[in-house]
Amino acid sequence: MADFWSSYLWPLIIMVAQSVLLMVVLLVVIAYILYADRKIWAAVQLRRGPNVVGPWGLFQSFADLLKFVLKEPVIPAGASKGLFLLAPLITVILSLAAWAVMPVAQGWVIADINVGILYIFAISSLSVYGIIMGGWASNSKYPFLAALRSAAQMVSYEVSIGFVIITVLLCAGSLNLSAIVHAQETRGLASLLGVPWLTVLNWYVIPLFPMFVIFFVSALAETNRPPFDLVEAESELVAGFMVEYGSTPYMMFMLGEYVAIATMCALTTILFLGGWTAPIALPPFTWIPGIFWFLLKALLVFFMFAMVKAFVPRYRYDQLMRLGWKVFLPISLFAVVAVAGFLRLTGLAP
Amino acid sequence: MVLKALFFYLFAAVTVASAFMVISARNPVHSVLFLILAFINAAGLFLLVGAEFLAMILVVVYVGAVAVLFLFVVMMLDVDFVELRQGFLQYLPIGSVLGAVLLVELLMVLGGWAIDPGLVGKGAVPITATGSNIEQIGTVLYTKYVFFFQASGLVLLVAMVGAIVLTLRHKEGVRRQDISRQVARGPASSIEVVSVETGKGL
Amino acid sequence: MNDLLSNYLPIAVFIGVAAVIGLALLIAPFAVAYKSPDPEKLSAYECGFNAFDDARMKFDVRFYLVSILFIIFDLEVAFLFPWATVFGDIGWFGFWSMMVFLGVLTIGFVYEWKKGALEWD
Repeated sequence: MADFWSSYLWPLIIMVAQSVLLMVVLLVVIAYILYADRKIWAAVQLRRGPNVVGPWGLFQSFADLLKFVLKEPVIPAGASKGLFLLAPLITVILSLAAWAVMPVAQGWVIADINVGILYIFAISSLSVYGIIMGGWASNSKYPFLAALRSAAQMVSYEVSIGFVIITVLLCAGSLNLSAIVHAQETRGLASLLGVPWLTVLNWYVIPLFPMFVIFFVSALAETNRPPFDLVEAESELVAGFMVEYGSTPYMMFMLGEYVAIATMCALTTILFLGGWTAPIALPPFTWIPGIFWFLLKALLVFFMFAMVKAFVPRYRYDQLMRLGWKVFLPISLFAVVAVAGFLRLTGLAP
Repeated sequence: MVLKALFFYLFAAVTVASAFMVISARNPVHSVLFLILAFINAAGLFLLVGAEFLAMILVVVYVGAVAVLFLFVVMMLDVDFVELRQGFLQYLPIGSVLGAVLLVELLMVLGGWAIDPGLVGKGAVPITATGSNIEQIGTVLYTKYVFFFQASGLVLLVAMVGAIVLTLRHKEGVRRQDISRQVARGPASSIEVVSVETGKGL
Repeated sequence: MNDLLSNYLPIAVFIGVAAVIGLALLIAPFAVAYKSPDPEKLSAYECGFNAFDDARMKFDVRFYLVSILFIIFDLEVAFLFPWATVFGDIGWFGFWSMMVFLGVLTIGFVYEWKKGALEWD
């Protein structure tokens, strides 16, 4: 019995506790980046944004949650009921699942698998199903069309994201996310220039800056954020594939979307901004724990997401497809060749 | 170990059950969704034998790309499914022949293994203890198996050309945006200044 | 081997916890919220009008083309992943082998560009 306890039950309890802890922290952070998103958007337009619930509106997201839960759930008569409810569930589970491999600080990761980046790539390629299923199950024309367009948009930009990830992998030489951060901690531009303490130069954002830009823009398109939210444009169309949804199923789509945004921010931080490493590896900076740096960088990326939403006008659908297939795809494909050639010629490959 | 067996039976049972649902579901969209479930559980089975790269690629390629195409196709079909069902028995002979061929092939592969247990490892690169799954694939795929690798590239090229030849139809009378022309346009080419006398018009 | 599996077990647990949270959110309004359905409320909303006909309809073959092209490029990326991981170990031969592979696919890419398969209208 004691053996069963120590070899099965106790590790399981630890795993569940870790998962619940990460999940709770993540969801609270999501609640506040949602609030931040609205506040930043409001500030750019000289409005106040949410400011009623709690001091400075800090509890707005929780009030919204309560409101969604108390709303009447409507399932359209013509819908396929099972799929209609399964779609938001899948969206939420998949977007949360990506966080299982996300290293938020040295060793702070639920599952440190060898193929971490591939796992996230796989999960994000699955997220298109929530949209297609939601649009199809609604049995309504606009959701269906929007789901198709949304799906085509997501797959188009996934290719460029794949190529950009490859350029980072060429530099880091590993698919493990922690190893990618370590590679940025120990080798790179700074060690080549003879200033190994200036870790900020090691971060791939500097040598791979064009890739960073492509990744950021593709991440916007992949998460259906403005200026690429044309299939669900709240202010002009009703809500794209979510038209028939209400109550918490609708909220779960939005939650999934914001978790996906948080995933993209964290991924940008890990791939390009050195994860949890301090910008300068000298005492005052190294005293600050890694989780703080990670959060700071991820929030900075989120701030960019929010600013783009606030001041970039929406694309037209043909322009969106053109940007994905005719601009990003050739550039990122060329970049893979260029980075590989450079690393091979100079013998810098890991 | 118990846990591994448990997961194996879970994944295997769901794979078989959802594969059965693929052929028995009434709605083709449900069929494709069950196919996806079968793929994901097959990926789980790959994970259990330690092939993590293969498992992830199965999800990325089959579930993330191929099944999306299948879904598009079955959603695009505008046919009466009841009518489609009626032809079901017609295809039964062909289907059973295909199934029988597959079964014989499987038996031959497994039978060879039973006759000569040493046969399995022949010709394949042995799995070394060092390095992850993906590294071991990488070290041989692009050097030792370069011919197969290039052949797969050619297959992909044929697929790309074939897809375009089969599906690309240009609509008549579509006005497209030519961004380079728009950007190159200046006042000299688009504005004409004319002095018009009062009361005359152009 | 067991090491590898023990790495993946936490993912299963994590997804399980995510599923519990998702289900709880999904079920909550069915348990607590006020419900009074009527035929008008349950009809498809679309854009506010009554639906003319069934929503299951034919759509442009172009979506089909996009997803085929996506499969091909996705496979290309799938081939690049192991290559990038062992890039330092496979030498110039491995480098050129991938360049030829990418070259072949670039021919296809140029072809589709020239054919106008990437135009959206």
